Amino acid sequence: MKSKTAILAITAAVIMAAASVSAEARDLSVVSWGGAYQNAQKKVYFEPFRKATNLPMTDESWDGGIGVLRAKVKGGNSTWDVVQVESDELAVGCEEGLFETIDWAKIGGQANYIKSAVNKCGVGAILYDFVLGYDTTKLKTPPTSWADFFDTKKFPGKRALRAGPKTTLEIALMADGVAPKDVYKVLGTKEGVDRAFKKLDTIHQDLIFWKAGAQPPQLLASGEVVMTSVYNGRIDAANRDDHRQFGISWNGALFTLDSWVILKGTPNLAAAYQLLNFMGKAENQAKLPEAIAYGVTANGANALIDKARLAQLPTAEANLAHAVEINTAFWLENIDRLTERFNQWAAK
Amino acid sequence: MERSRAASIESIETAQPSLQAGLRRADRMRKLRAFGLVAPLLAFLLLTFVAPILDMLRRSIVDTDLSEVWPHVTQATRIWTDRSKLPSPAVFDALAADLAGSYRNQTLATAARRLNYALDNGRSLVFGTARKLPATSGDWTSTLKQIDPRWGELKTWAAIDQASGPLTSYFLLAALDLNKTANGSIVGVAAERAIYIDVLRRTFIVSFAVTILCLILGFPVAYLLATQPPRRANLLMILVLLPFWTSLLVRTAAWIVLLQEHGLVNDALIWLGVIDHPLRLIYNRIGVLVAMTHILLPFQILPLYSVMKGIKPAYMRAATSLGASPTEAFVRVYLPMTLPGIGAGALLVFILALGYYITPALIGGAADQMISYFIAFYTSDTINWGMASALGTVLLVATLTLYWVYNRLVGVTNVKLG
Repeated sequence: MKSKTAILAITAAVIMAAASVSAEARDLSVVSWGGAYQNAQKKVYFEPFRKATNLPMTDESWDGGIGVLRAKVKGGNSTWDVVQVESDELAVGCEEGLFETIDWAKIGGQANYIKSAVNKCGVGAILYDFVLGYDTTKLKTPPTSWADFFDTKKFPGKRALRAGPKTTLEIALMADGVAPKDVYKVLGTKEGVDRAFKKLDTIHQDLIFWKAGAQPPQLLASGEVVMTSVYNGRIDAANRDDHRQFGISWNGALFTLDSWVILKGTPNLAAAYQLLNFMGKAENQAKLPEAIAYGVTANGANALIDKARLAQLPTAEANLAHAVEINTAFWLENIDRLTERFNQWAAK
Repeated sequence: MERSRAASIESIETAQPSLQAGLRRADRMRKLRAFGLVAPLLAFLLLTFVAPILDMLRRSIVDTDLSEVWPHVTQATRIWTDRSKLPSPAVFDALAADLAGSYRNQTLATAARRLNYALDNGRSLVFGTARKLPATSGDWTSTLKQIDPRWGELKTWAAIDQASGPLTSYFLLAALDLNKTANGSIVGVAAERAIYIDVLRRTFIVSFAVTILCLILGFPVAYLLATQPPRRANLLMILVLLPFWTSLLVRTAAWIVLLQEHGLVNDALIWLGVIDHPLRLIYNRIGVLVAMTHILLPFQILPLYSVMKGIKPAYMRAATSLGASPTEAFVRVYLPMTLPGIGAGALLVFILALGYYITPALIGGAADQMISYFIAFYTSDTINWGMASALGTVLLVATLTLYWVYNRLVGVTNVKLG
């Protein structure tokens, strides 16, 4: 009995000691989206960083959600330091004070990054697109704009859009002749929303709606649709891994960024900035697109990327020329109402 | 336990008057033991079933988001009695204090989110005003109205008042396509936003159709299973159970492969020359009904089978020997005896179908999404848990009402589960 108590006491002491050690001085922890993407990041960012600085560092993955970050920061004793977040989480978390305000001097200054990567609470990590995707083996004349997407005479067949108003309404407006840069100005008015739905009306019978990002390449591959809105990375993956011959029209692409943030109150602030600085350097970023078709955010990174590969990236100058950034603030404000309206429209 | 039983036996032997007491004690012990055995399950149910449902009901009417971050103005709106006029300057002062305070504490996002539910562009109103708010002002009423004229509108204040908590009818009303106006009367929301009654109706129509289809398809199968010799019946049973054991997602994906435009079904029909152009079998209501019926079919077959297994063939023989035609014997003797199985299966299928989410999301079109799609949207996409809970509450109430009607018509005691 006595020995049992002793063992218990020792175990408890060890656990408590371990806990207190981890609370005071734990390794720098970076959190990203997992899968093939995080494997690529490991290879080009995390491993080289560890070698270069000799800083102990771990990496984890998560599935997003502002609630998770809220619990980590507000609950105290957070085990994460640097996290990659989507634009919604960046905006909301910044408003709620969950993230450190970025000290740009420590990561090469704002001029080091493309404009849309600079945010009060975060630095852009990757830039990716919603584009018009199609199968080059099935469409002889390639569609070149969202107007073509809505032209069922020139391109007969079904098309697919994302289920929900986000990106769908922007696409409808651009197809109706609104310049990419004016899309949110128009969508901000009641007439603009009406106009978008009216445009959608014209192809209501030919539309299919997808829900998961993996669906559009499948819809193209099976011949269910002739065109679809799709994440550019999915098209690239289908072409490289499944030997498809899908094409992309970059005209009117809708882009968004994922950003790195530092969770408020981290004990590893200095190390976190060191990591952000390392990941912000053009020569390091230029290696990421080899593995995965996302654009990177450091000015000058493009010059270091292979020309043929660059042409497949959202950040290539030609591809970015007619693109518009998805307006996070607009959608945070209007997503509930427009989702209701979208479903009302869809049920017609 | 052992000791108490020994003690009670002893007491029976030695002292007659305490016999009753001893028996009572033994009885009590037995009851306690029985309770001890079900206690883990009871605790489990309370924790994972009753508590979440109660919490959902609570969330659909409790509304303290705004009052937690804007304590002053939510208190002050109580003195706003004449709803045809703007509130008094004291209320505007309280609003200014709260705006400044929550901007400092970084809780403004909560207030903005809550007001945005009931107010078009409520988010930018709150954030825009907070950013431009001066440190002091002699007259907050005019200062606030100057920053954004919407502070001078009655509907803005009605929204604040409605969100002041601690209880609200906003979410439940919204889940029924209703809305409260500034003067407190309840009206329907704008036609372009009124969707939830439709969605609820759609949910019940799809579930009902799936139940009927399962019954029509399941009844003959169950009959076959119950009347075949055991060896063949077992083989058939495996065919019923095999899909039942397969993951829901796999079966849903399999239906996509089968039903798509150039899928197996369409290709086969074209090859056979039945049709010239592929039929639309997926991304519409047909696909949803086919896939859901297939997935839920075992829930109809199994209870029916177990009931039919218990019906002795002698009854049918007796009916025919008394002069009934086979049809008459079936309708008047056999069918009534299977009713408990029909009832149980139909109830299972219907209730399960009500909560379907993944299958309609992947196989249905935009007009085939059922209520759980919207509950999921509000739970994980926009984190509007009040609305998610209200939709859940509406579904629960509607289901319980139907169950009550069903109980009245059929009687739940006539249901045999398994």
